[in-house]
Amino acid sequence: MTYLLTTTAAFGAFTLFFAVILAIAGRVFKIEGNPIADNIESLLPQTQCGQCGFPGCKPYAGAVASGEAEVNQCVPGGERTMLQIADLMGVEPKTVEDEATAPMIAFVREDECIGCTLCIKACPVDAIVGAPKQYHTVITEHCTGCTLCVEPCPVDCIDMLIKPELLEHWSWPLPDTHRAQLAIERKGQHASHTS
Amino acid sequence: MLHTLLKSIQKSTRTFSGGIDPEMSKITAAAAIATSMQPQLYILPIKQHIGEACEPIVSVGDHVKWGQKIARSQGYVSVPVHSPTSGKVVKIEEHATPHPSGMGLPSIFIEPDGKDTRDKSLKPIKAYRDTDPTELRERLRLCGIAGLGGAVFPTFIKLLKDNRNPIETLILNGIECEPYLTNDHRLMIEKAKEIIIGIDIIMHMVGAKKAIIAIEDNKPNALEMMQETLEILSESFPDSTRIEVCQLPTRYPQGSEKQLIEVLTGKQVPAGKLPMHIGVICQNVGTSKAIHDAIIKGRPLTERIVTVSGDAVPRPGNMRVRLGTPMRFVFAQHGLETFDHVHLLHGGPMMGEKLKNADVPVVKSTNGLLAMHSTSMKEAHKSEQPCIRCGHCGVVCPVSLVPNLLADQCRNKQFEKAESYDLFDCIECGACSYVCPSNIPLVHYFRYGKGQLAQIGREQNFAHASKQRSEHRDDRIAREKEEKAAKRRVVREKHVAKADDDKTSAGKPDHDKTADHKTADEKKPKTTDKTIQKDKPSPKSPPGKASSGKVSS
Repeated sequence: MTYLLTTTAAFGAFTLFFAVILAIAGRVFKIEGNPIADNIESLLPQTQCGQCGFPGCKPYAGAVASGEAEVNQCVPGGERTMLQIADLMGVEPKTVEDEATAPMIAFVREDECIGCTLCIKACPVDAIVGAPKQYHTVITEHCTGCTLCVEPCPVDCIDMLIKPELLEHWSWPLPDTHRAQLAIERKGQHASHTS
Repeated sequence: MLHTLLKSIQKSTRTFSGGIDPEMSKITAAAAIATSMQPQLYILPIKQHIGEACEPIVSVGDHVKWGQKIARSQGYVSVPVHSPTSGKVVKIEEHATPHPSGMGLPSIFIEPDGKDTRDKSLKPIKAYRDTDPTELRERLRLCGIAGLGGAVFPTFIKLLKDNRNPIETLILNGIECEPYLTNDHRLMIEKAKEIIIGIDIIMHMVGAKKAIIAIEDNKPNALEMMQETLEILSESFPDSTRIEVCQLPTRYPQGSEKQLIEVLTGKQVPAGKLPMHIGVICQNVGTSKAIHDAIIKGRPLTERIVTVSGDAVPRPGNMRVRLGTPMRFVFAQHGLETFDHVHLLHGGPMMGEKLKNADVPVVKSTNGLLAMHSTSMKEAHKSEQPCIRCGHCGVVCPVSLVPNLLADQCRNKQFEKAESYDLFDCIECGACSYVCPSNIPLVHYFRYGKGQLAQIGREQNFAHASKQRSEHRDDRIAREKEEKAAKRRVVREKHVAKADDDKTSAGKPDHDKTADHKTADEKKPKTTDKTIQKDKPSPKSPPGKASSGKVSS
């Protein structure tokens, strides 16, 4: 009987002791924010376009981390981003339904702009400059091509243009050989096996 | 036996690891430099160097002189563009440049008037030894001098006297290890004096203690010429004893800057560092001649020597061509008029880039123009076979990489892995592709990998910058909201306080009232009265109303 009592008491004491340590550790080493969401966010292209159905890249990252959103909703990120997120989350890759078009930039036709500032307010990355009743213009280097400024414009003076390819940004294509094509095919097959 | 051992050790210090001995085919070595005729139109791209593009400073219809600046540099790593003749600017629009993409750059089109009137705004500096190096450096920048070996890096940046990195040795690169090319070879024979004066100018500018002119042993006449000229100049030229001519065994890619430095000094340039960090600078012989012209004659860089060769050219030769001359016109002077089944190369056969057509101008980097029959080109790109792990590519790699592994990684898009295997140390010399028995286009894979890595880097930087801007915007919106709410709160509290005050008729003397409140109250008694009257019918409700109003806003 005493054995039983001492054992229970000893284990009870141990439990209490470790519980206290865990409680303290939980306070001291508490991680601020959501590390998974942060990691996912760092993979996203940060266009803040909202095409995923969330109001920006950060909310979408949070939604993916908590399982509320699928991994394939980022349109501008395309397949590469989807695979990276799926890898991070340890879930099966899904096909990206909406294919992203070529990189776009917004362009304000200044003659038609009435200076209403609505597009400036809509731009998620502050890439449009202008003042009330003055022409607005898009800072080309900062524009992410999210198209969020197109809809608010009351006079439809914003065009989405294909981003011009710069000579400095040109890069060599993959060699046009049979084996290079084979490598791409195998890569695709590997992705479909694992999913 | 000891003697041979010593000899082999000595020999081993004068070489670099790897390298190949391709067939040199220097068929134009004996052809004297001819001068190109004037084309009907010069095409000058606004960027002919590595770095930032220039901005045109002339407009259509302007008359320009030979050597007049027509585009000014924007940014530090940039040199201006000059007119190669006197004439009229006829248009400024995008035109294809000698670039593997076939893409265009804004270009200035000049129609020559045939008079060749020189622009004399830059005065010759004959007494360069008594001139401050910074002034000479600015002159070289103004004259648009960029490395004429092919890399076209702005020369003035390299010629900096820096006390942290004192320059011991100047190496003058007369190696010209690319097959077919003979432009440096002919220049050394015909312009030896100018080259040596150019060396003296560079030595004065950087404070170098000695200079080495490096020439491969397949150009004995160039070597002799340089030595003779040095002897002749030694009478009028006290410093000529510090200039040494050095003969090196022929080996490709010995003309590569870092390999040549290793051969001559025994020191390796660490990855990511520049030769000046180990006290060495390297200049091409053509650049040295251009420096001479810029300082002694006050002439900007408007022409260069080009080797026009290849088995499809009926009369191969070396030619002094003004920058901006269309390549079709240059080939025509050597008897090549039609380009059916002909591959055009800009540069040498090892590192040169294939041109889409001949309608591009000669630029500062054009050291050679090769036209080869399609049948004589190796079709490596089409007949790639599996790697048989023979290891030849690793043996010949001058920077000791593992090319077959890197190619596999690039092919399978494992770019980060390739980067960790030092993909960016590759100098793209093409030795690995040359020896590969499976015809794997190794260098093409490396260029692809490097381009993709650069693209990924750019995208990451852009995403990072976009994220920051987005966060700043969110912060700003939150702050504005807060400020608005705070303002509203102040107004509400004021009104409530006023109402309370009115109700109790100054019953609370210690009520928190600022001077501003007072003045506002005194200034606008009517409005406050009105609000009080409004509030009066329901004296108990205002606090609740105020708070609910704040929440809804």
